[in-house]
Amino acid sequence: MNARQSNVAELHGVSKRYGRIQALSGLDLEVRSGELLAMLGPNGAGKSTGIALMLGLIRPDQGRVTLFGMDPQSVVARRRIGVMLQSAQLPLTLRVSELLRVTASYYPAPRSRDESAKLAGVEDLLKRPYGKLSGGQQRQVQFALSLCGRPQLLFLDEPSVGMDIEARQKLWQAIRALVDEGCSVVLTTHYLEEAEALADRVSVMSHGREIHAGTVDAIRARVALKRILCTSALDSALVASWPYVAEAVSVEGRLQVSTAEAERVVRDLLARDPGLRDLEVRRAGLAEAFTELTRDADAAEADANREVA
Amino acid sequence: METAMTASSITTRTDMPASRVLGAYLAEIRSECLRYLRNPGFMLPMTLFSTVFYLMFGVVMSPPGGEASRYLLASYSAFGIMGPGLFGFGVSLAIERDGGLLTLKRALPMPPGAYLLGKMVMAMAAAGVVVTLLLLIGVLVAHVPLSAGQVAAMLAMGVFGVLPFCALGMFIGTLIKGQGAPGLLNLVYLPMAFLSGLWIPLRMMPSILGRIAPVWPSYHLNQIGQRIMGLSHAPILGHVLILLVVAAVLFGLAARRLRRHG
Repeated sequence: MNARQSNVAELHGVSKRYGRIQALSGLDLEVRSGELLAMLGPNGAGKSTGIALMLGLIRPDQGRVTLFGMDPQSVVARRRIGVMLQSAQLPLTLRVSELLRVTASYYPAPRSRDESAKLAGVEDLLKRPYGKLSGGQQRQVQFALSLCGRPQLLFLDEPSVGMDIEARQKLWQAIRALVDEGCSVVLTTHYLEEAEALADRVSVMSHGREIHAGTVDAIRARVALKRILCTSALDSALVASWPYVAEAVSVEGRLQVSTAEAERVVRDLLARDPGLRDLEVRRAGLAEAFTELTRDADAAEADANREVA
Repeated sequence: METAMTASSITTRTDMPASRVLGAYLAEIRSECLRYLRNPGFMLPMTLFSTVFYLMFGVVMSPPGGEASRYLLASYSAFGIMGPGLFGFGVSLAIERDGGLLTLKRALPMPPGAYLLGKMVMAMAAAGVVVTLLLLIGVLVAHVPLSAGQVAAMLAMGVFGVLPFCALGMFIGTLIKGQGAPGLLNLVYLPMAFLSGLWIPLRMMPSILGRIAPVWPSYHLNQIGQRIMGLSHAPILGHVLILLVVAAVLFGLAARRLRRHG
């Protein structure tokens, strides 16, 4: 009961197929009240389909979707959300203030025009026609529209694409301010540093499923392994059999070793191969963790397909 | 107890008074009208097509106040009324389906039907403007004698006669996406106008065209206009009913396609 109340949006065992493409297969996902959830995953992982389901734009083939405990297609549920889609061509001849006015009119208790503009950093664009703005400015305006209804849940699909560094910093600040106010946010992004900077929780998707969900730190810790790269005469299969070595492969003539005990393994490597060159040791960031997670999922998928075949 | 309280606080926060819902409809209509009035790419062809044709064929090439000026005032009104319906509805829907605006509007808590209502009112206003311009040319330049009742009837024909063409434009807008729509709509618009006798009266064309003309909705709109101009004495109730049915059927089909395919 409590868990239900603290989730603002939920997907339960949701499947969706477009023709021959299985976009989602049995996805479970929850958006908790007050959190910023970043959805990550390669193109085609099913992030956009997941968002479209939570927005009520499409219906699942199987499973159940709720938004504030209601059907996402009900206008009452949608009065509590704000939306910034990946691409939306807004009317070019309307001024920014007019766009804000019409969008705010859909909500029961919207922010004032000036408050929305200030939050999104578009105060000086209010009188300009939307069509005369740069791509980055248009994204900022779309962000202003998404927050103007004082939403309790905000969907931001690739919000910072096309923004310059300064605009992106402002966007991040505004998103943090909204979360501080208690607004929940679902964010999809290609920039892992964006997720790293903003997210309370990350949901990593692959092949239409959530393959991992947790805090950014938990995901990094899951891949607590460090990566050693070097050019060595040692056989990767031999290195893989050493203690503390999680994985050792040869990639384009370079030996690549994953281990939780980098210092120990480096010492062994140097002892066994005096001719070892180009030594590098890297800590796994979210990017590595992410690649690792999705690669595992890819491999699992390939195995599953092989079994079927 | 706690659940009940949560539920009630939710309803108070998302409850929208009727006045605000009405305000949302009005805001949508307002912004739809504004964006098209400011768009010369829409307004100029919409107003110039029929007025320039009427000036050429109904004024320059016809004796002032004669039957040709009267016939063409009604028929170019019908022609001018079709445009905002077909293009204002059809092209904009096709482009907005493609550009993601319709998707965004569906995700936003816009009250149901506001999107279509906004476009409809915009098309009605644009059709009213076109008919007004044609009436001004008719009275002031072509010296067509018109009573106040005739002027009012023509304006009413403009404002309401656009609706079946809105429905037709909307239906075509659900069949095609994006920039291909203007071309397809012109392929519907221009031949239909010609085949309905809007440019040249049907009795001056091969009789087969006259016999198939009742297939086209624009034929019926023209018949109503001719009656208002006093050039025909046939009853118009049948034509009005046919236009109503056309509007209802096409709107129903289009709404169903829109719900299913977005």
